[in-house]
Amino acid sequence: MIEHELSLYINDRLHQVVVDSRRTLLDLLREQLRLTGTKKGCDHGQCGACTVLLDGTRVNSCLVLAVTCEGAHVTTVEGLGTADALDPMQEAFVQHDALQCGYCTPGQICSAIGMLDEVRRGVPSHVSSSLEAVPAVLDEREIRERMSGNLCRCGAYVNIVDAILSQVG
Amino acid sequence: MSIQAPERLSFIGRDIERVDARLKVTGRATYAYEYPAEHVAYAYGIGAAVARGRITGIDSSAAQGVEGVIAVLDHTGAPRLGETNNRELLVFQSDRVSYRGQLIAAVIAESFETARDASQLVSVSYEQDEHDVVLTEDHPASFRPEHVAYRVPEVSVGDVETALAQAEITVDQAYATAAAHHMALEPHASLAIWEEDQLTVFESSQYAYEARDVIAKLFALGPEQVRVINGYVGGGFGSKGSPRPQMVIAAMASRVVGRPVKMALTRQQMFPVSGYRGPTVQRVRLGANRDGELTAFEHRAAAQTSRLHDFAEPCTTGTRTMYAAANRFDTHRLTRLDVPTPSFCRGPGEAPGFFAVESALDELAIASGVDPVELRIRNDTTRDPSTGHEYSTRNLVACLEEGARIYGWSRRRNQEAEGWRTGHGVASSMYPTYQMPSRAAIVAYPDGTFAVRLAAVDIGTGSRTALLQIAAEQLQVPLARVNVEIGDTSLPYAVGAFASLGTASWGHAVHLAGREMRQLLEGTDTIPPEGLRVEVDTAEEIQARPAKANAAFGAQFAQVSVRRHTGEVRVDRLVGVFAAGRIVNPRTTRSQLIGGMTWGISMALLEETALDPNLGEYVTSDLASFHFASCADIPRIEASWIEEDDADINPVGVKGVGEIGIVGTAAAIANAVFDATGVRVRSLPVRLDDLLGD
Repeated sequence: MIEHELSLYINDRLHQVVVDSRRTLLDLLREQLRLTGTKKGCDHGQCGACTVLLDGTRVNSCLVLAVTCEGAHVTTVEGLGTADALDPMQEAFVQHDALQCGYCTPGQICSAIGMLDEVRRGVPSHVSSSLEAVPAVLDEREIRERMSGNLCRCGAYVNIVDAILSQVG
Repeated sequence: MSIQAPERLSFIGRDIERVDARLKVTGRATYAYEYPAEHVAYAYGIGAAVARGRITGIDSSAAQGVEGVIAVLDHTGAPRLGETNNRELLVFQSDRVSYRGQLIAAVIAESFETARDASQLVSVSYEQDEHDVVLTEDHPASFRPEHVAYRVPEVSVGDVETALAQAEITVDQAYATAAAHHMALEPHASLAIWEEDQLTVFESSQYAYEARDVIAKLFALGPEQVRVINGYVGGGFGSKGSPRPQMVIAAMASRVVGRPVKMALTRQQMFPVSGYRGPTVQRVRLGANRDGELTAFEHRAAAQTSRLHDFAEPCTTGTRTMYAAANRFDTHRLTRLDVPTPSFCRGPGEAPGFFAVESALDELAIASGVDPVELRIRNDTTRDPSTGHEYSTRNLVACLEEGARIYGWSRRRNQEAEGWRTGHGVASSMYPTYQMPSRAAIVAYPDGTFAVRLAAVDIGTGSRTALLQIAAEQLQVPLARVNVEIGDTSLPYAVGAFASLGTASWGHAVHLAGREMRQLLEGTDTIPPEGLRVEVDTAEEIQARPAKANAAFGAQFAQVSVRRHTGEVRVDRLVGVFAAGRIVNPRTTRSQLIGGMTWGISMALLEETALDPNLGEYVTSDLASFHFASCADIPRIEASWIEEDDADINPVGVKGVGEIGIVGTAAAIANAVFDATGVRVRSLPVRLDDLLGD
């Protein structure tokens, strides 16, 4: 086992930690820092439950080795809002009942926030008709495509799309 | 019957926010693996590399030598376990391998990374036997099981052969459905903590008391020595209805190393170890007159199980309830193969069974020229055609008519535009209404608040919210004054969350407890500081129910587009109308129904866990190769219902909505594919190559 000292910002708070070089950002959050809002669904980059914002961009934290995060700014679901003061996207998920078991939910919400920022920056998707529009066009079809990296097995997609649509300015 | 005063508080039927939604969207709902435990160790399982055989040697010395490894457990040194009726749970008790991927050893280490890393160093040798993993309709080893999901395997009424011989129209077709896995997003996980001879397990379980009793027997403990906590569960769909091997391993390892141990199945391990919907091969024979009125109805199903435990997918039991035909026969065959044990999976039996039956009905509609909605209405019945019992409520016809109206069935058109052909299909849905005894306690406190306590569980269904509404309605107090405490065997006994019986069973108990508490409070002046407590059991009332047939019904309408040159199928629209008793919460009910219908689309077009007959293994064992519906696969889904007032089923009038949404969906879609293309697909999932050819 090789250990590394690491400094990074999680939800705007500086953390100085010693991590196993094999440890993912996901397990750093969950097992070392007890930030269990970020979920492990597949540990393999295939389900999206572990989605966090890494320097503002959505990533699967199970595919990021913690040691690569020196100086990085990580936002997890715990950094978005509190039960009394939810982030608007969290509130939209509540209002549209865009969740059931809740296990994919933090990843869906982080992903949705990251996705809206991608749209603002003009990042196209597989179904975009224009590769150059800034911001990119966002309709139901685009949301479905852009959110397809976040699996939900309860079958809440219909409500997830509605929740995100309600946040499209 | 009490007369409702105008100021009466009413919560049942109100659109109330899911009570744990805010916890879930902030990541503060705690699932089994996430409970803090001091000095916790991590277990990582190792799966067998052959499908059938014997372990001849396990060398774990290299793994044992890795810094941070605490122990390696396998059949040569593991503690002996007690009795169980499920041999899947007798982990590390034998050198026998019954399926590929069966957990045969585990590494316990200071960290997950070390445990996983060291597991690669464990070397296992096998004596491999020929395996048999392929289900066929007429497998020579098949047999009629003693029961299918607690019901008889076969029912015969009248004389099917004679009726078929005399029928003006017949349908005789074979149908098949693929193996598919539950794949709840939360992997099966257990955190076991021993304190002396007391064991606490935080468990991803749909049924805490069952898990408690099973684990107690395995470790020769009294039930009171085990506590199981399942406060939040990240989906189950049947796979978490009974304990899985990781629970036994966590408890065993914790006892061996003298520390809390936690273990989660990896996503890949979930394929062999956590159950699945087994493949089915079915045959349906229908006899009818020229008007489409059924005279004969036969449904035969073949399914597989493992060599460890018999589980028979109850494919034909739903058929017993569906349509009036004087002559009926249904039966099951089961074959034990060198495969993992299948299990209950959302809409067990009905989901694959209704694909066959509701496809066959569509074939009869085509053959008779009767509209498929009208055909189903014509064959409706007011009595269960197999038992003769009257239905407490049966609103299949109302669902078909209302669904047809919402969908615009009479105005449907086949279109072809830009290479896409559009078609429309319909199918009926049904799920039986079950109820099992449960207990519930309510405590009234001097500050005017109430605690509702029972070991129910909310696996995402919204039961926490529904029970709160039922309690507040009985107690006649605002929702904010009631706390619902569930998910823990330190609470009164409650049956698990399965078979759509949760809210019916628990709601009944909460309703009774609420009524008793209200009566108690009417004769009470002051509440002592520790509170006033009532506890009830529904067993007697359930026994005393009238002998009637109880089921929820529904109808689903699908529009699909099929791309002529590629065979790609898209579901454009899915409409479902259901009659499922009293709806406690429209918001969570709609979510449940849409969830089931989403599963139905997924089953129709995507889900198949592919078996490699040579390896004897389900090889599409991750979420990139076993596909279930993603956001891009799901269109707008419209779910609605016809409210029923059914006092015969339980005092709340709840039938349950967890399963019915998936029942019939795949047939509606396959029927729409036929309508679009003229190709009848009788094997799920519908594949591109089924539809190529012109």
